[in-house]
Amino acid sequence: MSDNKAHHGHGDHSKTYWLVFFALIIGTIVTVGAYFIHFDTIFLTIALALAIASVKASLVAGWFMHLASEQRMIYTILGFTAFFFLGMMLLTIWAMQDTPKPIFP
Amino acid sequence: MDIPYTVMPRRDTGLYNAKLGIWLFLASEVMLFGALFSSYILLRVGSYPGVWPHGLLNVPVGTVNTLVLICSSVTVVLGWAALKANQFAKYRKIQAITLACAGMFCCIKSYEYYDKFTHYEVILKDGRVIDGHLVEKVGGGQLVDGRRQPPEAIVIHGVEFPADAKAAGMAKVPLIHNLEKASGHHLEHKEFRIPWSDTKKVQNYGPWHNTYLAIYFTMTGLHALHVIGGALVIGWIWGPGAAMWKSDPERYTNRVEVSGLFWHFVDLVWIFLFPILYLL
Amino acid sequence: MSQSTKTAHAPAHGAHHSGGDHHDPGFWRTYVFSTDHKVIGIQYGVSSLIFLFMGFLLMLAMRWQIAWPNQPIPVVGPLLEAVLGQPASGGVLGADLYNSFGAMHGTIMVFLGVVPLGFAAFGNYLVPLQIGAPDMTFPRINMASFWSFLVGGLIMMVSFFIPGGAAQGGWTSYSPLATSIPTDGQTYWIIGMVFLITSSLLGSVNFIATVIQLRAPGMGWMRMPFFTWAQFVTAFILLLAFPPLEAAAVLQLMDKVAGTSFYLPTGLITGGKLADISGGGSPLLWQHLFWFLAHPEVYVLILPAMGIVGEVIANNSRKPIFGYRSLVYSVLAVGFISFIVWAHHMYLTGMGTKISTFFQTTTMIISVPSVIILTCLFLSLWGGSIRFNSAMLFSLAFLPMFGIGGLTGLPLGFNFSDIHLHDSYYVIAHFHYVVAPGSIFALFAGVYYWYPKATGRKMNELLGKIHFAGSFVFMNLIFFPMFAQGIAGMSRRMSDGGASYMVSDATADVVGRLAKSVIDANVGISVAAFLLGVSQIPFIINFFMSMFRGEKVTSDNPWDATTLEWQTPTPPPHGNFTESIKVYRGPYEYSVPGAARDFLPQNQPSRA
Ligand code: HEM
Ligand SMILES: [Cu+2]
Repeated sequence: MSDNKAHHGHGDHSKTYWLVFFALIIGTIVTVGAYFIHFDTIFLTIALALAIASVKASLVAGWFMHLASEQRMIYTILGFTAFFFLGMMLLTIWAMQDTPKPIFP
Repeated sequence: MDIPYTVMPRRDTGLYNAKLGIWLFLASEVMLFGALFSSYILLRVGSYPGVWPHGLLNVPVGTVNTLVLICSSVTVVLGWAALKANQFAKYRKIQAITLACAGMFCCIKSYEYYDKFTHYEVILKDGRVIDGHLVEKVGGGQLVDGRRQPPEAIVIHGVEFPADAKAAGMAKVPLIHNLEKASGHHLEHKEFRIPWSDTKKVQNYGPWHNTYLAIYFTMTGLHALHVIGGALVIGWIWGPGAAMWKSDPERYTNRVEVSGLFWHFVDLVWIFLFPILYLL
Repeated sequence: MSQSTKTAHAPAHGAHHSGGDHHDPGFWRTYVFSTDHKVIGIQYGVSSLIFLFMGFLLMLAMRWQIAWPNQPIPVVGPLLEAVLGQPASGGVLGADLYNSFGAMHGTIMVFLGVVPLGFAAFGNYLVPLQIGAPDMTFPRINMASFWSFLVGGLIMMVSFFIPGGAAQGGWTSYSPLATSIPTDGQTYWIIGMVFLITSSLLGSVNFIATVIQLRAPGMGWMRMPFFTWAQFVTAFILLLAFPPLEAAAVLQLMDKVAGTSFYLPTGLITGGKLADISGGGSPLLWQHLFWFLAHPEVYVLILPAMGIVGEVIANNSRKPIFGYRSLVYSVLAVGFISFIVWAHHMYLTGMGTKISTFFQTTTMIISVPSVIILTCLFLSLWGGSIRFNSAMLFSLAFLPMFGIGGLTGLPLGFNFSDIHLHDSYYVIAHFHYVVAPGSIFALFAGVYYWYPKATGRKMNELLGKIHFAGSFVFMNLIFFPMFAQGIAGMSRRMSDGGASYMVSDATADVVGRLAKSVIDANVGISVAAFLLGVSQIPFIINFFMSMFRGEKVTSDNPWDATTLEWQTPTPPPHGNFTESIKVYRGPYEYSVPGAARDFLPQNQPSRA
């Protein structure tokens, strides 16, 4: 089968996929474990869970979805998307924070 | 007429059409789920202190479902790699696991939904709250003037909170050990038979119950729709669509890749959904 | 429309692009369930023109009620009562029905009229032609996009006839208002919107992929016609701004049918009673998600229009468009910044000063590229030998009309002046100057300009000029007085046009006297609106007559244009180009010194 430069040599890639797989499993276990430990502050729990989730997400995106070696056009599109997504989320949160609290408790 | 670059990548972009198409689609999906995640944050941060419920969901079940989805993700990519290496039979086998995982995910999810829909909070007229799973509804249900009659009594297996507990915010924190810590005494699980006439409000833990459950059902429901849609497409390519492997193997491989990209995205969404809904 | 006899089919290729074969597709496959971008473009065009007309008729009924409150509408009133029953009892447009019509006027005009016409119709027909592509990248998805659009439109239409009528919460559908109205109209509205959003999603993926993947050899980015650039940016806006509204719509649907409280705060009182809801939601969340779409949406309404005007002006002034690169970069900038200005619609929601200042700043920044675009288009006229045909007249009128609409937006973008102007008829006047005499004029220009390509016949010039004169005069008579009404304090969305707030005692005080004159202006505006409708008759006649009677074009390029859509047979066959096409030059090489003719088509290799 003819091949194109986007995907090179596949046989050995399976190993990467398995490594990512195990990393994802470990990540899941660590997250759940941390949940049962109960840190003193909820912020630590949140930060840890989100940090692990981000790592897991990057693993999936980077290797399962081949984003680690994708074409420039895709990066450009996703770059804009990420910017607008963050804009939507952060500006909305900022707007909510910068609003006087409701009068009724 | 033929559209160029349906199979082979265009030189300057290095992409074939469908690959660009799916990434554009995923970009819009990022914005869709991004808006939902933003809503989640907003509603949660904006909620009054202490009312956001914790521990309503079954963490071990959720963990298993996470693992199921991770498995399906790795099989999707391995199946595609097998096709790339010209091993059609191997692809068929591996991708079958993906489909099985998808089915399993949906089953587990349905079980979780069922569990929530049979979980009731009964507020009595005297202010006591009984919280637990529905055992049975006794009598009632017949149609009178086109309206269904309420049952005579409702049997719940669960715990009882004293009348002032709700005011103290206890009933809003259903995790039992939290409650016990808060109230200082042991809450006993048992069966309650409550005459309908004693009840002020009977409501199950559906999306209408509180904002947390609302966002839980909406986000996981939308995610489940994606799982189902993705599984249908992957299943079609795997089954009836596989004839294309003979006529146009490269195009077929591309299809598997593109459907796989969608599947990974669905997995990726779950990676965030799981902690924010189950754990935090 | 004559059907091309050429079957542009290349059977030699191994991989066929779709399951179905096209050898003799038959009537249904050719005209109804077609995957050809040109047929889809025309389908979009015809249906959106019909929707535009309906949106306008709704508005005529409303204008009657505004000018002559609670009097039966002549002729139409009894008809309305017969069809809709109680809400139109006595042939009067009651307040509830006014609300329905208002909400649906906005929804239809925006989502079923201007966007499908400017983006989907013109874009579908022209973008593949202008970049030298055989079709859209995903023809069947393109077809799905149209059918999804039609289903969405039909759901909106059906909602007029359900008990309680169509949505009444305004096109903005603010919660809790929209979900507390106890009729089902809002549910239909949401479901209709989900279909429309799906449609535009499928469309935008197709547009972007087409422009990126299917440009003909030599068609570099900086050789793309301005129209295609505008469509490309528009497609990105649709792709990334619509999904949040879809999410918002799903949440609102849950509020409406599943009893959730995403947008319903604790302690909400509806109908005088504490609502039986779980509470804890945020009404502002809806506004954020809605405006995250709806501000970029106004650029979806205007960018295709600017694209059309750019093409028409370049062609009819016979000189290169001024500052092509500035135009392209400005369009890109506008598209980008349009995502971070949305909360300028929310200054009065109690936002804090810091965030207000942020959005005020971005709003001012986005006006810069808009002004650059307008300035470039104006300067393109300088020293040109202008042909005043109907298309050009509409394009020329677009410039000052959009200018008025844009400049009057600045006071709305400053939070301090917005406090006075917010939700008044000033706002109505402002955005209608952008979308009605603005976008709509440009779209008319597009119809006159490309009609010969699609049909092989030109539209009648005399009727076109009558159409233009009437539209131009009456549009201004309608919308200009609204600025004054708004500044004087007249609120929008009042079913009696503010009559119940009128102070008729001439000696009362200054404010009262002003109000009387302000209210009286309603009559003049409504008459002008009616006459605007009358001015469309020449257009309608022209549109249909010219298909059969119009002057036949003698060449494939009747306007002596440079862009590729004119280098195809007329009308273009399935597959568009009869020979393989290669691009040698930029899009606007008009009056090039030393060239044999005053225009050099993009695919012409040498200047001879
Ligand atoms: C050309 C003839 C048109 C006339 C005479 C007209 C007139 C009006 C008037 C008087 C209102 C205010 C109603 C009220 O506040 O009670 C209104 C609202 C509106 N119009 Fe138009 N309009 C026209 C065309 C358009 C077009 C082309 C668009 C969009 C592309 C549009 C979009 C809207 C929207 C979004 C609203 C706000 C609806 C709401 O309050 O929810 N209109 N129109
Ligand atoms: Cu805006």
